[in-house]
Amino acid sequence: MTAPHTGGDGAPAGKAPAGEPLLSVKNLSKTFSSGGLFRGGKELVHAVNGVSFDVGSGETLGIVGESGCGKSTTGRCVLRLIEPSEGEIRFTGRDVRALEGRKLRELRQDMQIVFQDPFSSLNPRMTVGASIREGLVIHEIAEGSAAEARVGALLEEVGMRAEYSVRYPHEFSGGQRQRIGIARALSVEPKLVVCDEPVSALDVSVQAQVLNLLQDLQRQRKLSYVFIAHDLSVVEHIADRVAVMYLGKIVELTTAGELYREPLMPYTQALLSAVPVADPTVRRQRIVLSGDVPSPADMPPGCVFHPRCHHPAKDAACTRIVPPLEEKAPGHFAACIKQPPTQVSWEQQREAGGEHAPDRYLPIAQ
Amino acid sequence: MTEPLLSVENLRTYFHTRDGVARAVDGVSLEVNRGETVGLVGESGSGKSVTALSIMRLIRHPGRIEQGSRVVFEGKDLTLASEEEMRRIRGNRIAMIFQEPMTALNPVFNVGDQVAEVARIHERSSRRAAWRKAVEMLALTGIPSPEARARDYPHQLSGGMRQRVLIAMALMMQPELIIADEPTTALDVTIQAQILELLRDLQHRFGTAILMITHDLGVIAETCSRVIVMYGGEVVEQAQTEVLFAAPHHPYTEGLLQAIPRVGAIRQRLAVIPGTVPPPTRWPDGCRFHDRCSYSWERTEHEHPPLYQVGEGHFSRCHLAEEPERRAQPHTPLVARRRVDAA
Amino acid sequence: MGEVAVVQHTPSARRVPGAGTLIAGGFLGILLVAAIAAPWLAPHDPLAQPDIVGARLVPPGAEHPFGTDAFSRDVFSRVLYGARISLAVGVLATALSVTLGTAYGIAAGYAGGVLDTILMRLLDGFLAIPRVLLVLVLVSATGSLSLPALITVLGLTGWFHVARLVRAEALVARELDYVTAARALGANGWRIVSRHLLPNVLTPAVVAAVLGFAHTVVLEAGLSYLGLGVQPPAPSWGNIMLEGTEQLRTAWWVALFPGIVLFATVISVNTLAERIRSGPAGAIFLR
Repeated sequence: MTAPHTGGDGAPAGKAPAGEPLLSVKNLSKTFSSGGLFRGGKELVHAVNGVSFDVGSGETLGIVGESGCGKSTTGRCVLRLIEPSEGEIRFTGRDVRALEGRKLRELRQDMQIVFQDPFSSLNPRMTVGASIREGLVIHEIAEGSAAEARVGALLEEVGMRAEYSVRYPHEFSGGQRQRIGIARALSVEPKLVVCDEPVSALDVSVQAQVLNLLQDLQRQRKLSYVFIAHDLSVVEHIADRVAVMYLGKIVELTTAGELYREPLMPYTQALLSAVPVADPTVRRQRIVLSGDVPSPADMPPGCVFHPRCHHPAKDAACTRIVPPLEEKAPGHFAACIKQPPTQVSWEQQREAGGEHAPDRYLPIAQ
Repeated sequence: MTEPLLSVENLRTYFHTRDGVARAVDGVSLEVNRGETVGLVGESGSGKSVTALSIMRLIRHPGRIEQGSRVVFEGKDLTLASEEEMRRIRGNRIAMIFQEPMTALNPVFNVGDQVAEVARIHERSSRRAAWRKAVEMLALTGIPSPEARARDYPHQLSGGMRQRVLIAMALMMQPELIIADEPTTALDVTIQAQILELLRDLQHRFGTAILMITHDLGVIAETCSRVIVMYGGEVVEQAQTEVLFAAPHHPYTEGLLQAIPRVGAIRQRLAVIPGTVPPPTRWPDGCRFHDRCSYSWERTEHEHPPLYQVGEGHFSRCHLAEEPERRAQPHTPLVARRRVDAA
Repeated sequence: MGEVAVVQHTPSARRVPGAGTLIAGGFLGILLVAAIAAPWLAPHDPLAQPDIVGARLVPPGAEHPFGTDAFSRDVFSRVLYGARISLAVGVLATALSVTLGTAYGIAAGYAGGVLDTILMRLLDGFLAIPRVLLVLVLVSATGSLSLPALITVLGLTGWFHVARLVRAEALVARELDYVTAARALGANGWRIVSRHLLPNVLTPAVVAAVLGFAHTVVLEAGLSYLGLGVQPPAPSWGNIMLEGTEQLRTAWWVALFPGIVLFATVISVNTLAERIRSGPAGAIFLR
């Protein structure tokens, strides 16, 4: 086994950040152990495994991947809604993992979250206004009629009427509930919002409305988003940069445009070609992956993607060397030892049993 | 001109609830020919799933298929068939694949038995013969080591595998028609690609017709030769796939196509359809899309449009067929002007 | 995405309650009013024994709608006053049970982990003991009980199933997104438990408590019937029935009327509980 990969620091490509990035995540890991005192053996699940990225002010970072890749867990770890096992998280220079008590509560005003399921994200026993007001009450930002006024303004801002604040969640549709959830997140004036699959549960036409709303709010309030989704077309639409995750690791990280033009990681290539396109005239050569996604409790050695990989140069070296996330082009990072340029030298690969030299493979010509 | 395999005529399925009558399917007619893949597209509340369940006569109280509806399959009207006759058809001549494989499979039996049961019911095969056939089918659907997997229980398999099991079950008796209700919605994108490819292969091999129900226009574009769009419990547009995508007639279809973020498209605001679907207990009198439409006028408010023919095999439920010049004057939809609820 | 029937719930739509609900609710309402107003409603003093020789065991008539018992006491008045006691015992004991059960259940559900396991194993132990047996043992061990003591015993034995229900609900509710949202907004444990968990676990517990109330009332009646509950001359439906058992064949009215009233009470309470659970209020209050 060669040395564990060094995380790329994901410096924003194409955008010069003003000084330090707003959010900086380095080597984030989260391991769950299932099985306890009364059950069989313990099973370690590496939900998130050494993830690093930055988010600048006013930027949207998309995190994309299929189920079980760890994207939701990553989002929640950043907010410390789930405690990370390892790694460093810095937000406006502060060390997030070291904060406690009052300081942690203050941080909560700066980082918020919007959830996927509109039907479980609002307390059914509280009026909509009370849900939105909660943040104002906890942080003593406003109270009484001043708070009411703010709630009303927030509702209007997300495209609903202020009078709705006395109604209950069950009186609203899915799309409306998402808007209410967004209003709640905005109530404390955050700088960063983690959007955990905010439109996946919505119909197409409603999706479009909510996506537009998110973009408008970003412009008006200079927000940063960490936008988590499994739908590539949605992510490409809203994100500046995109990180592709697979089995707990980031396997590719670059600007949205670059990702869709020149996906370097074979997994990204397959992912892109799998998306059905709403255009019958496009007949594409589809890369169909073989097999299922392995369970995160039982990860393949070396490159976690190798069992399903279609890269022509795939060989035994891939089963032994864990590919580092490295810069293949300015601002474009990918974890594949067979896509040049790579730090893992040909000698090292041969030593590990490699037979095919790295050779750039780009089956998708966009 | 050969007889269509399935002909649904003026299907109306109403739910008689305490809140009023919900007219989930309100006069839907469609046809599926042998070996064809037809897409049925619509969002929540459009009535597409209820249509599928109505075809299979799986509607329960308080739902009811109303008088005057006809569902003709291979010349026989299914609305008049006895429950015994329907049982012989379900799983045998018409099979259904559901969205959630986990709830469609019985957790206490292994998958091999569940697939084999189909043959035992319809062909009265022996246990051994049915099991053998089941394993063959599982192999056909691309499940590796089918002998071993057949002994697994549903919870031991991944989502993609379970969907393959459902497909194997559906194909056991080589039905003429498969109704697939959102078969890939719950699956990851790469698995979805596998399943769609599988369905295409199997269709070529067995010549089965597929009624593909989904809200995903991308899936439709890739798999269907003909598309039916539903809104408000009715068919609002019907056409060959290429025609529908290249030149949609009905404003709702237009809106749907514009609302989809496309991979590779230039980043800009998505065009949205403001407002929401009205409740099925209170369909409006005129065109049901009227207050969300950019071209509406007085006629569309009061006069319910029939299905006009607007091209070869292309039908649209829109008065613009008779007054096409109004398309040149789009305006803000009424619902956006009233600033009534955003969706 | 593929739901079968979409029925929009218009909150202002009036739903007409069914006949069953009306009858049950009506009866309980009347009973409650009658019990509270017993001092003014009762035609006679329930403890008075005006004419033990002449007016004993008089059949139901104009002056005594439910007749008189062996001590010439008016049965109707005794049943009315008995309602006060039986209902009071039921309500207070149930209130105690719900409080204890909810506290226990939320503590276990919210804490999770080892504490939850310990608390639940303990609860399993409690649940294994039949309540009737437990009550009987406690009561006979301490001799005859005062009313507050009886209420306490019933309350202390009736919270187990409430705790289990509440804990199950708390476990589910704890994982829901709106609780995570509250944490993300910076809410502390107390706030989460009181504003987010409690209201959402309380209502299924209340439905169970209402059913438990019926059970408690029956249990009290049973204890009184055995002579272990409310002691005569204070009237309780149970001990009136006990006294009437001896003359069941001749003076059937003494035992029958309290029995009918008890029966009607239990059926009404159960009917209402079921209707609440599946009715319009359930949409808001019971998810």
